[in-house]
Amino acid sequence: MDDTQRQRSEWSWWYLLFLVQFIAVLWPPFYNTAEPYWIGIPFFYWYQLLWVLIGAVLTAVIYLATEK
Amino acid sequence: MQDVNWVALTIFVLLFAFITWLGFAAARWRKGDLDLLHEWGLGGRRFGTVVTWFLVGGDAYTAYTFIAVPALAFGAGAVAFFAVPYTIVIYPILFLVFPRLWYVCHKRGYITAGDFVRGRFGNRWLALAIAITGIVATMPYIALQLVGIQVVIGALGISGTGLAADLPLIIAFAVLAAFTYSSGLRAPASIAIVKDILIYLTAFAAIIVIPIELGGFARIFSAVPAQKLLLPVPGPHTTGAYGSYATLALGSALALFLYPHTLTGILSASSGAVVRRNAALLPGYSFMLGLLALLGFFALAAGLKGLPEFAAGFKQFGNNFAVPALLLHGFPSWFVGIAFAAIGIGALVPAAIMSIAAANLYTRNIHREFINKNPTARQEAQMAKWVSLIVKVGALVFILFVPTQFAIQLQLLGGIWIIQTLPAVLLGAYTRWFNSWALLVGWALGSYAGTAMAVQVHLTPTFPLTFGGYTFPGYTAFYTVILNLVVALVLTPLFNAISARKVAPDETLAADYQA
Repeated sequence: MDDTQRQRSEWSWWYLLFLVQFIAVLWPPFYNTAEPYWIGIPFFYWYQLLWVLIGAVLTAVIYLATEK
Repeated sequence: MQDVNWVALTIFVLLFAFITWLGFAAARWRKGDLDLLHEWGLGGRRFGTVVTWFLVGGDAYTAYTFIAVPALAFGAGAVAFFAVPYTIVIYPILFLVFPRLWYVCHKRGYITAGDFVRGRFGNRWLALAIAITGIVATMPYIALQLVGIQVVIGALGISGTGLAADLPLIIAFAVLAAFTYSSGLRAPASIAIVKDILIYLTAFAAIIVIPIELGGFARIFSAVPAQKLLLPVPGPHTTGAYGSYATLALGSALALFLYPHTLTGILSASSGAVVRRNAALLPGYSFMLGLLALLGFFALAAGLKGLPEFAAGFKQFGNNFAVPALLLHGFPSWFVGIAFAAIGIGALVPAAIMSIAAANLYTRNIHREFINKNPTARQEAQMAKWVSLIVKVGALVFILFVPTQFAIQLQLLGGIWIIQTLPAVLLGAYTRWFNSWALLVGWALGSYAGTAMAVQVHLTPTFPLTFGGYTFPGYTAFYTVILNLVVALVLTPLFNAISARKVAPDETLAADYQA
């Protein structure tokens, strides 16, 4: 079985973009603050909600870039 | 308890009647021969991007989630928001791994994770471990969906003693069992579309209307006590709440698509590209879940716990009553009916898929493997239909006679157990380097250690791992799957060296994992 060869042929550098969202949301010191508020919502909450949207956009970009 | 809310109850019952009809009519949707297991149990693998979005969304983001996450925000505060990073990091995993699994399952006719592991590693005992783990982890999950229905039925003002109190739940379950039996996966797929539209409607109405009633977000968040508003900053020599938060998110994400019901949803898609597209589209549900988590704070700000009309509800259901109380408090009765129907129907969709998935596992990886090795296609599908009934009756009996707390604790343990299938299933999609017996030992040790650790912390999710004077509180499932992996890594060369027999062949080919 040529697992390594198969993986190499499937690998795309675009996948590294996925790392961005892992780092952005799995490191609480980045966002565990109340300031700045946005329409009365503490940073902690709107930051993470915003990353849902950014993550979806990044995934869409990766999908479009890697689609055969 | 408050009086029966007739307007809300009428709308609730009408919507329930509608989805009951839909569930039975679904048998004729994208018609297939329901006497074949892949038609009954995977909807013929025919669902496109949109239906898969509704199906997997309705399946992974369960009614219980919509009750329990805001309840956690209401009771514990910021930590409840881990559900958001959890449902962010899950999608890269879905995007990268699951299209490969979809292709190999499609090409080899696999219906369960157990089928895949059996084919990949040629070890039926490992497949049995995967199947049993899946079934055991799913059962309390089904029971918890019933808790979701129970809470909204209670909030509608229906109460009673003995059998009368449980009758609405029993009726809902009988309906669920009947349409799952007759229509298979097509029933929850069609109902999911209705249910999710209702849920989105409820979520967006609540996030707009209730803050206006309460005087804006600034007023709401200023009513939240400071220690609940943010995560507590860790002290010296510990990663504190930060470590718990991140490992809960990551561990839950790694576990989610290993559950039989979510995998069933994915395998019913019509192509690997559909799965990939959904990795970009399903965050729509994550966003809604984040908004719904905020409802816990709305309930705090509205001071619902102090209101006499809700005292009985909080007494009976605890913090799980926060969302129903908030909806009752903030909306006219007709809309409460819609919102409660969304939650109640929202429980039926995952419960149906879970029972189908458990039935598929039993039929393929236990019955066919160990009891009747050569069933006809018809016998196989019939067996699955019966097992789906048994699984549901089991969950119903469980929830009627065992305290709810027990189901919650078992579901917590279920998360620890299901993640132990990660090396065989997730990594198995990429490599069969691992020795299957090493995987089995890793699975056993991970499950054992996880259970022991969870018991030691009185069945709470996080375990304070201490290491050289430092404490790392973290999600037990996450720690124990690392142990599992290390064991499998160490034992694989050892077992390969001492193995007298030849390693069983891999029946899958490299090309099977791609379009």
